[in-house]
Amino acid sequence: MQGPAFVKIDGVSLTYRQAEEETLAVQDLNIDIQEGEFVAVVGPSGCGKSTLMKLVTGLLDTSAGSITIGGKPVKGPVQGVGMAFQNSTLLPWRNTLDNVMLPLEIVEPHKRRLRREKKAYIDQAMALLKTVGLADFADKFPWQLSGGMQQRANVCRSIIHEPRLLMLDEPFGALDAFTREELWGVMQALWMEKRFTAILITHDLREAVYLADRVFVMSKRPGRIIMSKAVNIPRPRSLETTFEPHFGNIVHELREHIHSVRES
Amino acid sequence: MNEKMLIRSMPWLVTIGLFVFWEALCVITGVETFILPRPSVVFASMVQFAPQILHHSLQTLMTTTAGFALGVVGGALLGIFIGASRLVYVGLYPVLVGFNSIPKVAIVPVLVIWFGIGTIPAIITAFVISFFPIVVNVATGLATIEPELRDVLRSLGASRTEILTKIGLPRAMPYLFASLKIAITLAFVGSVIAETVASNEGIGYLMLSASSSYNVPLVFAGLIVVAIMGVLMYAVAVWFERRMTGWAFRGSDLMS
Ligand SMILES: Nc1ncnc2c1ncn2[C@@H]1O[C@H](COP(=O)(O)OP(=O)(O)O)[C@@H](O)[C@H]1O
Ligand SMILES: [Mg+2]
Repeated sequence: MQGPAFVKIDGVSLTYRQAEEETLAVQDLNIDIQEGEFVAVVGPSGCGKSTLMKLVTGLLDTSAGSITIGGKPVKGPVQGVGMAFQNSTLLPWRNTLDNVMLPLEIVEPHKRRLRREKKAYIDQAMALLKTVGLADFADKFPWQLSGGMQQRANVCRSIIHEPRLLMLDEPFGALDAFTREELWGVMQALWMEKRFTAILITHDLREAVYLADRVFVMSKRPGRIIMSKAVNIPRPRSLETTFEPHFGNIVHELREHIHSVRES
Repeated sequence: MNEKMLIRSMPWLVTIGLFVFWEALCVITGVETFILPRPSVVFASMVQFAPQILHHSLQTLMTTTAGFALGVVGGALLGIFIGASRLVYVGLYPVLVGFNSIPKVAIVPVLVIWFGIGTIPAIITAFVISFFPIVVNVATGLATIEPELRDVLRSLGASRTEILTKIGLPRAMPYLFASLKIAITLAFVGSVIAETVASNEGIGYLMLSASSSYNVPLVFAGLIVVAIMGVLMYAVAVWFERRMTGWAFRGSDLMS
């Protein structure tokens, strides 16, 4: 379609080896993602979604095939990636602001500049917290925040260092429906402002369709891509959008596909 | 409010009750003083021998604190070493467990051969006995870092050292401080044992010499002083724990 893919997943398989046992987690994955695109990967639990995420970020080595990001092959942890998990993984001994600023202490060039330009960085982090509605909670500790607030902070932490690629592994999975839908809006706003490339892993089809430009459906283990669906709904999407027939149709189509796979 | 006061005064009430029970038991059974002296006699002896007791308890306090301090530094360092590296963990842990199974009284004679009678064996015994729980706790704190947390840092490109300093050490802190409470009381056990066997100073020595001259009230006075010092040091350790790692108590009323 357009230029060369920003993230190119080419014939990737992964086998976990644990003692005698071998688990083929994902098989022959092929995904091309353009720069600035928001894609979602959906699939049943245990199909290898988190595995895919670890492969792309270089936390795991592929058993077969290759992955490139920005033309560079992924070997070992990749610089300039943001990551957010289902459990918020905030550090309990740091307040919200210090948690959000953690990547700045590790990722260059921020690490080098942090000491000298502390004030500017704090302002930047506070501005980010403000956009997700957490400005008043900057000095609170994680246990003083609700689950939804923790995830907001978690998302802030994953993008504070302005990664070109953001990996989200069921970040809203543990939240109640209201909070989750609220955070879709927050996430979309952040993405529209910063235009990073995003890969969202989820088992919520409405979430996938709300947020993504393209949705990939994975089969159950060993996970393979069995369908890719472009979501041509204009942005910004809102909760109203999710009640429109077009939205419903896409969700429906995805669901039917997943069901047909499960029964086979 | 009332319940709070009751909770606060409970330890005192129990302690006083214990002494009252002890006193009553002695009076009723008419047991001889050289077998079990009444608390009142013990306290009288404490007053009578106050200067000696003070001198010897300061000595014990000194050897205990010195041994404990060494234990904290050495234990924390070795714990970090073991917890941070799988290889060191696998290699060293069985050795440590074996070493810890040796009754520490058994090493005092060896220490006497090496260092002679005196302060050094007491310090070293306090050190070796308080060392182990600290190592184990710190290593556990480091070894049980949540994999997701490690992944977040690794995906940011953090080095091993950065993972250690950003999450490993802060996470090990509550484990370290929890172990200090155990370690400080063990350090007392160590130094008093060593003083009993191999010293001319300290509460252990005082009790031994009192017992060899059948001054049983003084022996018991010594025991009570050791207990009091143990409780005080424990309280200091708890106070530090709350101050340093309040976050680990999740703002519960334990913070009070
Ligand atoms: N470290 C591991 N060692 C062995 N098997 C694993 C490991 N991690 C995941 N698996 C297996 O691989 C499969 C895919 O896991 P995962 O990627 O976590 O699935 P998902 O995120 O889609 O629920 C599962 O069957 C799981 O049991
Ligand atoms: Mg998963």
